[in-house]
Amino acid sequence: MTRAVLQALAAHWRRNPLQFFTFLAGLALATALWSGVQAINAEARASYDAAAATLGEGRFDQLVPRAGDSLPQETYVALRRAGWQVSPAVEGVLRTDAGRVRIVGLDPLTTPGALSPVGGARDIDLNSFLTVGVLFADAATAGRLADLPQEVVTDTSVAPDTALTDVGVAQRLLDRPERLSRLILAPEQPMGLPPLEQVAPGLTRVAAQSGSDVGQLTGSFHLNLTAFGLLSFAVGIFIVHGTIGLVFEQRRGMVRTLRTLGVPLRRLILLMAVELLVLSLLAGGIGVVLGYVIAALLLPDVAATLEGLYGAQVSGGLQLRPVWWLSGLAIAVLGAGLAGAGALWRIARMPILASARPRAWAMAAGRGRWLQGAAAVLLLAVAAGIALADAGLIAAFALLGCLLIGAALALPLILGAVLALGQSRAKGVIGGWFWADTRQQLPGLSLALMALLLAMAANVGVSTMVSSFRLTFIDFLDQRLFADAYIRGVDRDRMPGIEAFLQDRGATVLPLLRVDSRLAGVPAELMGARVGPAYETNWTFVAARPEAWTRVAAGEAVIVNEQLARRAGLWLDDMLDLGGGLRLPLAGVYGDYGNPVGQAVISETRFGVVFPDETPRQFGVLGLDPEELRSALGERFGLPPGSVVDQSSVKAFSLGVFERTFTVTAALNVLTLAVAGFAILMSLLTLSAIRLPQLAPVWAMGLTRGALARVELIRALVLAALTALLALPLGLALAWVLLAMVNVQAFGWRLPMYLFPLDYARLGLLTLLAAALAALWPALRMARTPVSQLLRVFANER
Amino acid sequence: MLLEVSGVTKSFAGAEGPVPVLSGVDLSLDLGQTMSLQGESGSGKSTLLHIVGGLDTVDGGRVLFDGRDVAALDEAGRAALRRSDVAVIFQQFNLIPSLDVADNIRFQARLAGREDAAQVARLIEALGLGDHRHKYPEQLSGGQQQRVAIARALAARPRLILADEPTGNLDEATAGEVLDQMLALVGETGAALMVVTHSPAVAARMDRQLHLRAGQLA
Amino acid sequence: MNDRLIVFLLLWPVAALGQGFAGLGTDATGFAVPAPDPVFDFPADHGPHPDYRIEWWYVTANLTGPDGTDYGVQWTLFRSALAPGEGAGWTSPQVWFAHAAVTTPRAHHVAERFARGGIGQAGVTAQPFEAWIDDWQMAGETLDNVTLTASGPEFRYDLRLEAQGPLVFHGDRGFSVKSAEGQASYYYSQPFYRVEGTLELPDGPVAVSGKAWLDREYSSQPLSSTQSGWDWFSLSFDAGDKLMGFRLRQTDGSAYTSATWIGADGRTQSYGNGALTAEPLQGAEVAGREVPVVWRVTLPERDIDVTVEAVNPGAWMAVSIPYWEGPVRVSGSHAGRGYLEMTGYE
Repeated sequence: MTRAVLQALAAHWRRNPLQFFTFLAGLALATALWSGVQAINAEARASYDAAAATLGEGRFDQLVPRAGDSLPQETYVALRRAGWQVSPAVEGVLRTDAGRVRIVGLDPLTTPGALSPVGGARDIDLNSFLTVGVLFADAATAGRLADLPQEVVTDTSVAPDTALTDVGVAQRLLDRPERLSRLILAPEQPMGLPPLEQVAPGLTRVAAQSGSDVGQLTGSFHLNLTAFGLLSFAVGIFIVHGTIGLVFEQRRGMVRTLRTLGVPLRRLILLMAVELLVLSLLAGGIGVVLGYVIAALLLPDVAATLEGLYGAQVSGGLQLRPVWWLSGLAIAVLGAGLAGAGALWRIARMPILASARPRAWAMAAGRGRWLQGAAAVLLLAVAAGIALADAGLIAAFALLGCLLIGAALALPLILGAVLALGQSRAKGVIGGWFWADTRQQLPGLSLALMALLLAMAANVGVSTMVSSFRLTFIDFLDQRLFADAYIRGVDRDRMPGIEAFLQDRGATVLPLLRVDSRLAGVPAELMGARVGPAYETNWTFVAARPEAWTRVAAGEAVIVNEQLARRAGLWLDDMLDLGGGLRLPLAGVYGDYGNPVGQAVISETRFGVVFPDETPRQFGVLGLDPEELRSALGERFGLPPGSVVDQSSVKAFSLGVFERTFTVTAALNVLTLAVAGFAILMSLLTLSAIRLPQLAPVWAMGLTRGALARVELIRALVLAALTALLALPLGLALAWVLLAMVNVQAFGWRLPMYLFPLDYARLGLLTLLAAALAALWPALRMARTPVSQLLRVFANER
Repeated sequence: MLLEVSGVTKSFAGAEGPVPVLSGVDLSLDLGQTMSLQGESGSGKSTLLHIVGGLDTVDGGRVLFDGRDVAALDEAGRAALRRSDVAVIFQQFNLIPSLDVADNIRFQARLAGREDAAQVARLIEALGLGDHRHKYPEQLSGGQQQRVAIARALAARPRLILADEPTGNLDEATAGEVLDQMLALVGETGAALMVVTHSPAVAARMDRQLHLRAGQLA
Repeated sequence: MNDRLIVFLLLWPVAALGQGFAGLGTDATGFAVPAPDPVFDFPADHGPHPDYRIEWWYVTANLTGPDGTDYGVQWTLFRSALAPGEGAGWTSPQVWFAHAAVTTPRAHHVAERFARGGIGQAGVTAQPFEAWIDDWQMAGETLDNVTLTASGPEFRYDLRLEAQGPLVFHGDRGFSVKSAEGQASYYYSQPFYRVEGTLELPDGPVAVSGKAWLDREYSSQPLSSTQSGWDWFSLSFDAGDKLMGFRLRQTDGSAYTSATWIGADGRTQSYGNGALTAEPLQGAEVAGREVPVVWRVTLPERDIDVTVEAVNPGAWMAVSIPYWEGPVRVSGSHAGRGYLEMTGYE
């Protein structure tokens, strides 16, 4: 019997290949979306990590020469033999015919973990790396190194214009035998080390940069990307749910027949569940591969190969990590299971002789709609409650969930109300019928429309979040890195000489004084700045009194960052005790995205009065080319090149990384909408069978098939447009929750939200386009329906 | 003469080539006349009805409606004919499920551009649909649905009313009632009526009775 | 460097764990291969043999504190050649790494070091003897009289070792067969060190004394590719006799055993496959896996039937290629102390 039932189930698919296709394709696409987003997410993370690594170079303490730009290799061995866990690094510029490349040589055996961003190495053996020589570089840089005898491996995670290789190979390439540029200190050192001065008096220790500035900011970005990964999951679940629900509706007739023939219900349900599992695994598998291909197509510079499919490590490649496979299959099975459970439950409860007519559109009014409305209102109320209560991070994510599901549930009700309004306002007879018929179609299309709503809302949210983030980040970089170069890690006694030298050459020197302190009971940094036009034009305030900088310069006021203001509960005009008997009013609060600690800025002069022994640890230099500055300081004062940081190139690099993410985001927009569009297409195709009896009387009363097809197309566009209109506020709410709630809970500052109406308009058009494309084929089919098929609706022998 | 059919042939594609359904049918019908069309299953009576109503096309022959050749009309022309001059009452699925009773009745009249609220009200009253005017088709019984279909056909004030087994789905008592009401109302409007039926009782109520056998009128 | 890459690069010679534990079962192409009837040339052979793929200077010590507490100390310097021979500076294919540990009944402190050959960061010289990596060293005029030092974030030790007996040779005069297919290594020991010195532990310095055992072994392919790991015993009985025995586990579940009986006077007798038996009696959950920490070891031809029990079952060496190594107590037909090393427990 089992076999006979299975044959009947299979025969159903054979008879309805389109249904089979839509079922598999729907599930596969939803899975593909999920895995594609995962892949893009992972790649985005990797890119930002690379940027962060470049920006926050030196996450470890380093030993650098006190004078000159190199140290002898013996010093390294001497330090090691004294127990110091240091690792050698040699750096320099290699001039090739194709341009300059910064060569960084490290020792893979001793370098502290995760120092450099090389990842995904393929089959490079240690012998080749150490003795023959292998360089890692991004694609563009690798091209410039093609003439080298050494093998060059493309790796997107290496910073631009940089090649990473073994220290010995780097020494040979740079012609610096037995010389090193600096030593990297491992964070963990053995007991009982002799003092550094004793072993290597020529070296000085440079503290690790906190790295928190960029790290925290990108951390926030990662969190938000993760949230959108979940969102794509939700879109996928809706689509899967819609697909499966419709498939099972179509099979009611067959189920009735089989049961009439004596197949036990339990057996039938079980077999259908097994069938569902097998098909969802199949579709999930296809989806994972598809997602991988999509991700590979969307990500520039990433050479995905078939090897990646089998988990092999591909240089610079995208890897199909087991997590993707599993989460992709899980979403397919889970989504199919969720949707299938409901459908199977309905079938289990269906009386044996119930109407076999598909009732996809018959769920109509009544109690179901009230329950749905009540659930939507409840969820949205909970969301509002959480938003007002301003609870923790988990709550913020719960808020996201409530908001999305609530909105999705509310969508058919809101659309229904709008359509009813349209119907009551309709003048012509066709118009009245159009609105009434659209209302009737709504239940059958609502799952697809919910998917469209979530897709569009997600896209509005992504655009808003990403673009807001970019504007904020650019502001932040402008604010923090406004000087052409920064000098750091210089002995205090040599600094005044350097300052005078630079001022003589016409440069503006901005010393930055800093002490760690406690302000208003909160750990904070107190900074002393030489206030000038550079600060006034570049720093942006969250809130400020007029002439804030002038008052700071005059020593009459202090400005603090947002973190300190929020934590200490201070705001404009409040008095802040700065220690040493200094109390100043707060003239401004500035945005300081990414900084974990509070910060207050006073004038250099005021700072000198309170902390007479402090000297600047860092100088911003304006008006000199960084390269020039570097060589001048090297010649005149023997400063190592590493003490001059060229911030403009750092800034350019980090912005470049952002641009790449925006490309990916744009592609993601198209992808989600395409999938939502596919859901609409499937729903329309499935509905078209039960549409015929609804349309035939209208046709009989004098409408051409072409006119009916046009009406069908317009109907899809109207529904999509209404959904898009509703998605806009939802997407903005989503972005707001992420920027203003999730971010505040996770990182303690609020990213300002900007609006991008042009982006939204473009997204709206894309949404309409997706809906139009989805409705086109069903409409064409309508226009070409044979007359005999229409007449058969009325035929007596039906 | 309102309707003149001469030499109409029609065949359908079958597994072994074209299967003739109508092979040279001639008939005529004028305003105020009623006519029944009887025949075995597959005798072509429904096809003839569809052709006359501009729902289907002919392979050969002429169908003159008020002197115009229906066979020469394109799809839009046939749609216009259906909209303004012909009303069809089928055995089932006559109604638009998304519209309520009142809107269904008004629908074709409004399409034809001759809605008359007083007449619609009269029809609703006459057919006993007063309590159901805001119900939807799926909430009605079969007899009620057919009454709505009749009301809808009459409200459009067509010159030709075509009915294909209008009472075929109804029990005997209801069928009789519906038929009475239909004939009475058609008589009031003065339209021509052609009824396809297999029921001799229904046929007997018409002015003329025609029989189709093997694609030809007997 | 990315963690994955560093592990990958580090373990290259040992990357394919499928091929015997730590890659010791890999093919020996290009490398010298041990041959029977070795003629050793001392002190030169205490120094490195760069033509062989792998070599070690392996010291284990059973020590006692002033209050009678058992301590174990391990000091191991490994040489792993990426290619045969020596090269200048950074191009040397010789990679050095070392493990040091101090085991107390309650704690187990481990440190690991890595170094490139050719730049002086690590190496071995035979005369005077010095084996070093960073600040860790084993050095003295001769191998009979050396100091042994190592340090990690939580420990440091400084020991003086003085040989009380001769070198002993395992297998056939130092040619030690490791599988039925004939894989072999050169293997000799100095098991007669007397030790004194100081351990510096998180709770403070401890003066210790006891015995130590040096193993010297070099080869290019000491394991068969069907061997998955080994259990190695070095036991010093209270009567002054000693026993070295190992059991190489085959992937099919069988084992290859070998043993050397060492008399108090330094005379030895070797026993081939099957003479020694080692049977796990009790396991312990260590680092997320089950490791046997109580053993029954027998050598019927010498009437040895002892229970070997770990002083600290948690003596897990959490290094790049992790394994278990720690001091043991011996009871049964013979009483004493010793060291146990167990590898390949996944």
